[in-house]
Amino acid sequence: MEAFSNLMKEIKAGNFVYTGELEPHNLCADISDVVDWANTLKGTGKIIAANVTDNPQSFTAMSSLAASYIIQQESGLEMVYQLRTSDRNRMALASDILGASALGLKNILALTGDHNGLGNTPGTMPVFDLDSAQLVDLIHHMVYEGKDLQGNEVTGKVELNVGIAGNPNQVPLEIEVLKMERKAEVGAEFIQTQVVFDLDVALDYLDAIEHIQVPTIIGIFPPRSYGQASFFDKFVSGVTVPKSFLDAFASFKEIEDKAKRKEKINEFNIDYFVNFVKEIKKKKACAGCHIMAVGYPDVIEPIIEGAEKA
Amino acid sequence: MIITKEKPIEEIVGYLEPFEKILVVGCDGCTQPPRGLREAETYGSLIEMAFDLKGKNVECTATTVVRQCCNDGVKNWVKPDEYDAVLSMACGIGVQILTQVFPKVPIFPAQNTVFIGSEEKREGAMYEMCMSCGDCLLAETGGICPVTRCAKGLMNGPCGGCVEGKCEVPTYKKNWKGEVIETVKNDCAWYLMYNRLKAMNRLDLFRKYRPPRDRSISMHPRVL
Repeated sequence: MEAFSNLMKEIKAGNFVYTGELEPHNLCADISDVVDWANTLKGTGKIIAANVTDNPQSFTAMSSLAASYIIQQESGLEMVYQLRTSDRNRMALASDILGASALGLKNILALTGDHNGLGNTPGTMPVFDLDSAQLVDLIHHMVYEGKDLQGNEVTGKVELNVGIAGNPNQVPLEIEVLKMERKAEVGAEFIQTQVVFDLDVALDYLDAIEHIQVPTIIGIFPPRSYGQASFFDKFVSGVTVPKSFLDAFASFKEIEDKAKRKEKINEFNIDYFVNFVKEIKKKKACAGCHIMAVGYPDVIEPIIEGAEKA
Repeated sequence: MIITKEKPIEEIVGYLEPFEKILVVGCDGCTQPPRGLREAETYGSLIEMAFDLKGKNVECTATTVVRQCCNDGVKNWVKPDEYDAVLSMACGIGVQILTQVFPKVPIFPAQNTVFIGSEEKREGAMYEMCMSCGDCLLAETGGICPVTRCAKGLMNGPCGGCVEGKCEVPTYKKNWKGEVIETVKNDCAWYLMYNRLKAMNRLDLFRKYRPPRDRSISMHPRVL
């Protein structure tokens, strides 16, 4: 498989990569502040690419194709265009894949997506004509065989590297491993995982999927408050936050002085995640770290710098 | 069996507003819960009462047929000539057969046809099990249908929304007023499939990549 994107080139060169996250707001036609955030990520000099979410949690947002193009053009940062099958059938997906390639996007993250019934338009028709494995298959066919899944010929070159989402929190993990094997078989080139807080969960996952030889980028989310940390623990499917982590954030809540509280939280996040990244880096399957710290620039550079120090 | 649910009486009264003599036709076929003569009579009385409260006199007569989906049976047994309108207690097929057989008579549904399902126990909860997709996969999926029982109909599941064997998409049980009385956490079909295939030592079937389904098989309307 070829490396079309900088992200894939870096991974192939054996360099540990850092990616970020960009989220166009719900039903908002303006993404200037998302472009600002992309500029901040680019400004760190350490983030090689950033994901642009596609109707996350099934809440309507600007087309991730349009947003990816605009942000990539305006910030110069490479995008990972997220595409979910919840809202589009295989024809619409193929159209968007052609469009993405023509617009100069180089990475695509193939997702099934949250069920439409959980979002802001529960009365809509959930599509799911394809699932994420079949979307990988479609992209792989278009890029390497010049055909869609029906066998119809594609004219011109589609140049995209395709990634998939991994879920280290799946119990039993065997289900996830079999799924990843399936997706590797149809052409997945990299994995970006759901957020992990528990280091052991990340390490076990990296061991369990090592044999499929798909470079894996582990997702982390340094929280800004106790509320954010406990939200992940309580409401995000499958994610658990270690008790010691939650207890630490609960104790920061007691600090009345805002600036001091912030300082403590930053210190804790940097310390915790520097160690976290250092440990995952030791694993053969680990190709990088996806830092989902939207609107929380203070910790990104220190975490990366700390993790890169010998 | 075909699972149906009564339409709210206000909705039916709305349809029947212009009429005075109504024939309520039950069905003794596969509709579940039963929608035969007894239910047709009860429904007729309810409609009369509802109109009575509005100060209008409406007369309902009940009858039933063995299967409302059979043209000949309907032709022989249902005699709508003396009535202004017919209310069908059957599934959507029964309503359409009545419409075909009696093109000049106004025909209305008393039910919403919900799904093809199974009953937990007599008069217990009912579950959707089959969508009549026309391309049965059960031999390959441990006898569990991902098309119907996975909320996303995934061919290569489970998705990330499978937590502790349950699906992220809840189903709501509602009372007759339409209020939610219970949130049901459905089993993740792919989790059930994993356990079953593992027990059968056939995880190879679970691991197997399944290409996209041919949707043309289930394009509506179908003819056989």
